[in-house]
Amino acid sequence: MHDQSQSHGHGDGRTPSHAPQPYALFIKVWAALMLLTCVTVGASVNWPGAVGTAVAMAVTPIKASLVLLFFMHLKWEPPVFKIMFLTAVGLMAVFFGLSFFDYLYR
Amino acid sequence: MSEQALAHGAHAPHKDYEGAKTGMWIFLFTELLLFGGLFLIYSVYRTLYTHDFHLAAGHLNVPLGVTNTFVLLTSSLTMVLSVTALQKGDRQSALNTLGWTLFLAALFLVIKFFEWSAKIEHGLYPGSPVLKTLPAGEGLFYGLYFVMTGLHGFHVIVGMVLLSVMALQVKSGRVHQGDFVKLENAGLYWHLVDLVWIFLLPLFYLTN
Repeated sequence: MHDQSQSHGHGDGRTPSHAPQPYALFIKVWAALMLLTCVTVGASVNWPGAVGTAVAMAVTPIKASLVLLFFMHLKWEPPVFKIMFLTAVGLMAVFFGLSFFDYLYR
Repeated sequence: MSEQALAHGAHAPHKDYEGAKTGMWIFLFTELLLFGGLFLIYSVYRTLYTHDFHLAAGHLNVPLGVTNTFVLLTSSLTMVLSVTALQKGDRQSALNTLGWTLFLAALFLVIKFFEWSAKIEHGLYPGSPVLKTLPAGEGLFYGLYFVMTGLHGFHVIVGMVLLSVMALQVKSGRVHQGDFVKLENAGLYWHLVDLVWIFLLPLFYLTN
């Protein structure tokens, strides 16, 4: 986790625990995001309906993960940030699950 | 001089980098729930009025929605580049990329303005006489469209204010290489705005 902590900070949380990343990495992530957007739009235009929706449902979480992991630095954060994030998303999933269970089977 | 020495300089009696970021993430979770609630309403009504939602979505301007996605994704890139530049001690690049982020944010709002104007001109706005003649599901779709893209647009405006303040503080040197968490947190907010839009695009524009 703190593979870069030797050179930056000393793991006390007062100072940044990860070194700045190279610019090129973020440009690559951006290119991937643009490409995935084209894939989603292309699928929705060419195969409207089930296929387009399925592609959007598969690709959108990948795009979100790229933004979270790289642009929002979650990849390099200490585990507590990842646990907090997964807890929040997990709670949301529970809300969705319970609501749909209610709506679909009432 | 190492970044440690800067961060532990005499001007900073108490700084808690991880604490500051934890606070920002907790705030972002409340935002997640705010938008999440709306996404939940959207999904339930889309399940109940599938056909109406598909018809209504067909009237949205896909090229404008996709263009705005490219604009926001690029603004997210310039934002993260700005934080990285400041981390590396390149203040001028940090300011330039922050300027680009602000420009792209403004461009997003201009495009949104034309998109909304066209909808309102066609009588498609919440509570309009035209919508009352359409099936119930289409009314719900446009209600959610205006509330969700409106709330998102409001976040873009708030983000622009935040980023402008950050630009001033980076310029004056209050936010610098040894203490950049404020810029990083403003960046987290900006990426959340991008993140919400990533979900809005397929839900509203690509439902056709």
